[in-house]
Amino acid sequence: MKYALFLGCNIPIRLKQYESSSRAVLQELGVTLVDIPEFNCCGYPLRNVDLRAFVLSAARNLALAEQQNLNMLVLCKCGYGTFRMAEHLMKENAALREKMNAVLAKEGLKYEGDVQVKHLLSVLFHDVGVEAISEKVTMPYENLKIATHYGCHALRPSKIVQFDDPVSPSLFDQLVEVTGAESIAWPSKLECCGGPLLGTNDELSLDFTQKKLTDAKDAGANYIATGCTFCQVQFDTVQKTMEPERGLNHQLPSILYSQLLGLCMGIKKEALGLDSNEIDITGIANFLAT
Amino acid sequence: MLFNIALYTSLAIFLAGLIYKMSNWFRCNIGPDAAGFSTSTRISAAARGIVSTVFSARIGTLLKIFVLDVLLQAWLLKKDFLRWFAHICIYGGFMLLLLMHGLDALITSVLFDDYYSTLNPFMFLRDFFGVVVIVGVGIALYRRFVSKPPRPKSTAVDHYAIIILAVIMISGVVLEATKIVSHSKYQEMVDEYAGLEEPEEIKALEAYWVDKFGVVSPNVKKPFDEPTLKEGKLLHDMSCAGCHSRPQWGFIGYGVAKVVQPVALPLDRANVRTLLWYLHFLACFLGLAYLPFSKFFHIFSTPAYLLVNGMIEEGKSDPANIATRDAMGLDACTHCGDCTVRCSVAVAFNEIPNPNILPSEKLGALRAILSGRNLSEHALLRVHEGSHICTDCHRCTDVCPVGINLEALWLNLNDYLAERGYPKPEAWARETIGVEYDLAKLMEKTLSLTPVDKKFAGELTGSAQASTFAVCFGCQNCTNVCPVVAHYENPKEAVGLLPHEIMHSLALKQKELALGSKMLWDCVTCYMCQEHCPQGVCVTDVLYELKNLALKHLKEKAA
Repeated sequence: MKYALFLGCNIPIRLKQYESSSRAVLQELGVTLVDIPEFNCCGYPLRNVDLRAFVLSAARNLALAEQQNLNMLVLCKCGYGTFRMAEHLMKENAALREKMNAVLAKEGLKYEGDVQVKHLLSVLFHDVGVEAISEKVTMPYENLKIATHYGCHALRPSKIVQFDDPVSPSLFDQLVEVTGAESIAWPSKLECCGGPLLGTNDELSLDFTQKKLTDAKDAGANYIATGCTFCQVQFDTVQKTMEPERGLNHQLPSILYSQLLGLCMGIKKEALGLDSNEIDITGIANFLAT
Repeated sequence: MLFNIALYTSLAIFLAGLIYKMSNWFRCNIGPDAAGFSTSTRISAAARGIVSTVFSARIGTLLKIFVLDVLLQAWLLKKDFLRWFAHICIYGGFMLLLLMHGLDALITSVLFDDYYSTLNPFMFLRDFFGVVVIVGVGIALYRRFVSKPPRPKSTAVDHYAIIILAVIMISGVVLEATKIVSHSKYQEMVDEYAGLEEPEEIKALEAYWVDKFGVVSPNVKKPFDEPTLKEGKLLHDMSCAGCHSRPQWGFIGYGVAKVVQPVALPLDRANVRTLLWYLHFLACFLGLAYLPFSKFFHIFSTPAYLLVNGMIEEGKSDPANIATRDAMGLDACTHCGDCTVRCSVAVAFNEIPNPNILPSEKLGALRAILSGRNLSEHALLRVHEGSHICTDCHRCTDVCPVGINLEALWLNLNDYLAERGYPKPEAWARETIGVEYDLAKLMEKTLSLTPVDKKFAGELTGSAQASTFAVCFGCQNCTNVCPVVAHYENPKEAVGLLPHEIMHSLALKQKELALGSKMLWDCVTCYMCQEHCPQGVCVTDVLYELKNLALKHLKEKAA
């Protein structure tokens, strides 16, 4: 199992713990990661502005992975959705692919469509497998209730992204349960975190976040778990600003799945960056079975 | 006379330019933190900072930065040997030429009693330093045109700098060559230094110089007999050799002299060497006067920035000095393009040809804004577009060889644009669209079923998804599952047209309706609508493409 690791723009500067915890967990599970420093923006933020620039950005990354004959492992769900969408657009429209390749050719790159793009959770579920993971879980959690947040761009449009069943997905819940934690049922599990509207319509963005946090809290969650850069920033960094701005404190911290899994596999909390979250999550260690 | 006028004029412009540019470091405010300090506060803070650094242990660090980073450019050596070598050749060679040859009256002749520009080692060194510069320029040209490492396009500023440098170098070499072959120059020197009167002696010396040193004479021609040459050598040793080394030591000039020999006499008659001399010193003075305003200003600003930045400690140093450091950063950029090569979104430039996407070019726009120049709405919108394609990934800042905090500059640029009424494009479009298309007014008027803009339907061609609106049969599933619609008590009032209505207005080719709804910008792109459409209409994808069109349309309108 060898993948080109795609980090995107935000993780190396704003969410370093997602990178370090994913590397630690994947190494332990025998997944080899290759870094391609030439990777650029996935293209996601460009989609509102210019579809072709969006496809081109994605295509360049895909071509770089293809050049090294590697499949891609993406940590962010928006990035994952972007690559799947770009793949689809270039597949259905040969002329578009040719235009993109004409630009890429200037750098000696070409996108043939031979690269598979997978999200971290898919790799863990399908390639590593729940059984192999459970063997590595040395200190399972007890009495821990987790609200899984699936993330829109991994689930939908399902025909294109093909991550899991779009109506009743279970992949993330199974991955959570293997740690010994309980994945609870909660109403707005499959809805948006509010992240895409940040900076465009802050009020609406925060309303979405607030609703999700309230729902998860009411359903009895101790933590909300994410597997996406934007969702994590929304539930962690942005949630923290909600307290002074809206006088709200849900006291529902958000944890990245790689952190959640890593801790019960006995990986040191420094490698998982447990101290790096804006809202303190170090209390999760109290749920580990002794 | 002309020489002196040109010298003092260019020197005056150079000094005034230098003072003006350096005063900007104390006047220019970048960001809200800088606004609180007056120019005089900043100058006195800088003076205090300099004094306290010089008389403290930190002088050691300062010297280390000066030697390693400024003189030897160790950071560049670590990065790319060839690039370092080219830069050291150009800057080292040119500095030595300037000090030894350009300023010989002030420096070399004071340091060395026996200085003559025609005497070794000076004669040789002048050409040697010239070769060093030429080798450096050669490597730079090779890198730019043959090996082509990815880098942004050269701009006019880069070209002016290279052209002036080339004119100085080429005119200098050709001037030396025309002097070597020039009979009139030879005659001037004989009259001045040899004091020969006997016609035989005059002829013998001339024959010797024609034979051995490449002078082209209208009076004597090769071959010469042995006794004449022998006497010529005797006279040469007596009158010339004391302060004139063999011209072959000026080896580039001598090489070119060999080439121009056949036309030496007409060149001499037309007095081309005087013309070249004018060209050479005028180019030097033009370069001097232009320096503070050109890319070459980095000779001053970059070392200054490296030294100041090395001494600043974030959080500890005087905030007035941090403000000054940030302003210096704008001038410290050498337009090397490393930031653009590393830029995460530079690839978008191929589809959106706006140079302001590229950090190395965006800095120029920021400089223009901060210098108080009033940009046109059109220019401002271009900056706005480029500035917001940036994903704040910090790579440009990490890679900048001079250590300019570019990220901080970009954030400040965005703040400035927001103040001018240009927030994030999506937010800007959301606001602007409400003014542009008043849906309430539209509701009162009867819409014509003949589309106003017939081309509009054809514009949605980005992907096959975009045309799926055509199969919508109006079941309203999209609207019913939309979390944004569900969020509002009165959604039509909040977002304008609802998703199914937008699909419907597209079928009717009603551009104003389709582009004019706030729904486009309030869409969270959760794809619920698209997932649940029984007809396979790609509702979210359609909205995405409408956003592309709306932005394009709004920008055209605003410009």
